[in-house]
Amino acid sequence: MELKKRVSDREQDPEIRRTNFDEVCLGYSEEDAVAEAKRCLHCKKPLCVTQCPVSINIPVFINHIKKRKFEKAARVIAESSSLPAVCGRVCPQESQCEERCVLGKKGDAVAIGKLERFVADWSRENNIDLSQTLPKNGRKVAVIGAGPSGLSCAGDLAKLGYEVTIFEALHKAGGVLVYGIPEFRLPKDTVVQHEVDNVKALGVKIETNVIIGRTVTLDELIHQEGFEAVFIGSGAGLPMFMNIPGENSNGVFSANEFLTRNNLMKAFKEGYDTPIRAGKKVAVVGGGNVAMDAARTALRLGAEVHIVYRRSQAELPARAEEVHHAIEEGIIFDLLCNPVEILADEKGWVKGIRCIRMELGEPDASGRRRPVEIPGSEFEIEVDTVIMSLGTTPNPLISSTTRGLEANRKGCLIAAEETGKTTLEGVFAGGDAVTGAATVILAMGAGKKAAVAIDAYLKNR
Amino acid sequence: MYKIKAKRLLAPSIYLMDVEAPRVAKSANPGQFVIVKMDEKGERIPLTICDYDKTAGTVTIVFQTVGCSTNKMSLLKEGDYFSDFVGPLGQPSEFIEEDIEALKQKKIMFVAGGVGAAPVYPQVKWLYEHGIAADAIVGCKSEDYLLLEKEMKLVTGNLYIATDDGSYGYKGLVTDLLKDLIEKEGKKYDVVVAIGPMIMMKFITQLTKQYGIKTIVSMNPVMVDGTGMCGGCRLTVGEETRFACVDGPEFDGHLVDFDEAMRRSTQYKSQEGRAEIERQEKVTGHVCNLGLGENNEWN
Ligand SMILES: Cc1cc2nc3c(=O)[nH]c(=O)nc-3n(C[C@H](O)[C@H](O)[C@H](O)COP(=O)(O)OP(=O)(O)OC[C@H]3O[C@@H](n4cnc5c(N)ncnc54)[C@H](O)[C@@H]3O)c2cc1C
Ligand SMILES: Cc1cc2nc3c(=O)[nH]c(=O)nc-3n(C[C@H](O)[C@H](O)[C@H](O)COP(=O)(O)OP(=O)(O)OC[C@H]3O[C@@H](n4cnc5c(N)ncnc54)[C@H](O)[C@@H]3O)c2cc1C
Ligand code: SF4
Ligand code: SF4
Ligand code: FES
Repeated sequence: MELKKRVSDREQDPEIRRTNFDEVCLGYSEEDAVAEAKRCLHCKKPLCVTQCPVSINIPVFINHIKKRKFEKAARVIAESSSLPAVCGRVCPQESQCEERCVLGKKGDAVAIGKLERFVADWSRENNIDLSQTLPKNGRKVAVIGAGPSGLSCAGDLAKLGYEVTIFEALHKAGGVLVYGIPEFRLPKDTVVQHEVDNVKALGVKIETNVIIGRTVTLDELIHQEGFEAVFIGSGAGLPMFMNIPGENSNGVFSANEFLTRNNLMKAFKEGYDTPIRAGKKVAVVGGGNVAMDAARTALRLGAEVHIVYRRSQAELPARAEEVHHAIEEGIIFDLLCNPVEILADEKGWVKGIRCIRMELGEPDASGRRRPVEIPGSEFEIEVDTVIMSLGTTPNPLISSTTRGLEANRKGCLIAAEETGKTTLEGVFAGGDAVTGAATVILAMGAGKKAAVAIDAYLKNR
Repeated sequence: MYKIKAKRLLAPSIYLMDVEAPRVAKSANPGQFVIVKMDEKGERIPLTICDYDKTAGTVTIVFQTVGCSTNKMSLLKEGDYFSDFVGPLGQPSEFIEEDIEALKQKKIMFVAGGVGAAPVYPQVKWLYEHGIAADAIVGCKSEDYLLLEKEMKLVTGNLYIATDDGSYGYKGLVTDLLKDLIEKEGKKYDVVVAIGPMIMMKFITQLTKQYGIKTIVSMNPVMVDGTGMCGGCRLTVGEETRFACVDGPEFDGHLVDFDEAMRRSTQYKSQEGRAEIERQEKVTGHVCNLGLGENNEWN
């Protein structure tokens, strides 16, 4: 067997998948997984583990796969992660666990993410019950937000015996996993719902349709409803716009609106009532994961799609795998150009986007070369829909309705990195609400750390 | 699940429902709204809170059938359930934060158009319960479409009715009636609150601008989440982009760009109307005339 190369997994053909919302990657078969597991060297000091924000015991679970002890592998992962089928699919593994894998120095790193996904899918298909909890201790903890940070914090506290209730603003639990990341990367009914059900199986209650700061305030949770500690995992859901002329024309959407209509409200599916408008020719402005998701969604709804990004391909913040998939599917990249105006017809509907060409100058604070405008290079692209994907910031709803809970200038809650402690006693926070838009696994890591800190806090009270 | 405790037909195609939602009832204030969803496949539909009973734990909504979702909703019966009912959303009306004594010095006029009478009611009632008698104009197509007249009479100082066809009260538009009250009857108002179709609110604000009367309007753009997450509800208010669901829904009417708001509110209309017609034709072989907006008073 060739040791330098990883076992490749199966994928839907680009020509076929661009017309459907089924999952793009089909994952490993048992044989593939065992073959890939055999590549792992089971390092004594596994560097891979140090790069996993939830410290999954990677060599041990991979060793179980090698011996075809899949259930044991699942139990090892379950000790550290409550959402393995999700992380195995959407973690930026190349810059996390796999980045430090020793095999990566001379060839391909072990496909840790794909193996994790295999184990998670296998245990779901085989109905393995991984819920193990200590006896209930009768103490109540509230978790705000049912995204990855909230779910993992709640899951860990439930395992320790706490009575945990998650309050979720939307009608469905999952956070970005249900409203943002599309079906073709992360199937909702099979994968996400199942992971949410696993958290519920630990005894966690999820109350949907409750907006903290509106339906009930954080203070009321503590002083009227008897919660002894609160974890805030409310994410970073507020979309940014460019503030250029024409941005409120008909046919200009935030990526959040476009993706929410499609994913949470299932506009793409027959029989669902929520409408969506993809148009014939779409410009998606931005270059992150969110932009790729919006672009590939619009493509599947039948549009010709252009990504408009102000730097070059090397600087695209999206994961390499997503960019690769987008190119394969036929997304057109208009790089080094920046929108300056959205053009509308006489009825106010989008008819084009005026851009200016850019070139790369000196590196900026982020280390990436700063794009500078080339004077006089303006040009127009004819489109009927524009999707703005410029990033998001935390929603001020909770901080503005809770006295003493402080946020920084960007609206991010102030919380200690190791514990999630906020400026209010008994209130902890983590995930995108603290860091600004980041990743699923970092949010989960923050949720886990906060669970440990909440346990310590309540034991000392 | 949220149980429909009572349902009433108030006027042709206008329904009232009391829905069991204790958490929402407990926190509700005048000016706020809820989002309801009928079932797994339904849309999230924003509706103003028209009344609430904190002890019974119920919230009252009043809606008019205009398209696919509101028509489906009208088929729900007493004892049926909404799968989702979330709120209260948005900011409460400004006056509930104001000093009551200062408020008592002000002459307030409410102008309601069509189904807008329903959301005006809790505001007038709140003021009445705090010892303030506001005036109100309720405008509608004809006598048959007049909502909550008895209830309104109990809580207003003066209640004026305007019908398009003159079948009841003043014959004409609410704007003409307001103008007459001010110019012919010498009425003075410090604040006007207008709730109804956007076009009505636009003309009311144009009129009150001439008199320099502060005017508050309640905006109803297309929404998805209602929590500030999608930006679909954005409006231009005084050159700034604001999200109606979190910053509003009430704004200073003299600052709102109504033309943009009206244009944006058509974004999904015809498309969904068409899809619904196609669907019904496929299913029943019968032609549906829903959703094309001809019945949409609210807009
Ligand atoms: C389109 C898209 C694609 C992405 N792709 C990837 C990817 O491939 N890989 C990756 O690692 N990361 C990806 N991310 C980022 C990742 O999804 C987020 O970093 C992660 O979900 C953050 O988790 P969280 O728990 O902090 O917040 P969220 O997932 O945002 O969850 C927060 C939850 O809190 C709820 N909430 C908010 N306010 C309140 C309130 N006041 N009361 C009650 N509930 C409230 C929200 O409704 C939401 O359900 C992507 C993000 C987007 C938008
Ligand atoms: C804050 C707020 C408060 C509202 N309060 C009330 C109320 O108390 N009573 C009442 O009858 N109506 C109210 N509306 C309007 C109501 O939400 C719409 O009539 C309803 O969504 C129409 O749905 P439809 O599918 O039946 O119509 P369609 O015409 O089939 O709808 C097509 C699409 O456009 C959207 N849409 C259409 N009209 C409106 C509109 N006026 N506002 C927002 N979205 C719209 C729908 O959600 C749908 O996605 C309110 C709207 C908002 C935003
Ligand atoms: S959770 Fe993410 S970072 Fe951790 S091992 Fe799995 S794929 Fe790697
Ligand atoms: S660093 Fe690579 S080879 Fe070593 S244990 Fe981790 S996955 Fe296996
Ligand atoms: S409805 Fe989505 S931001 Fe207001």
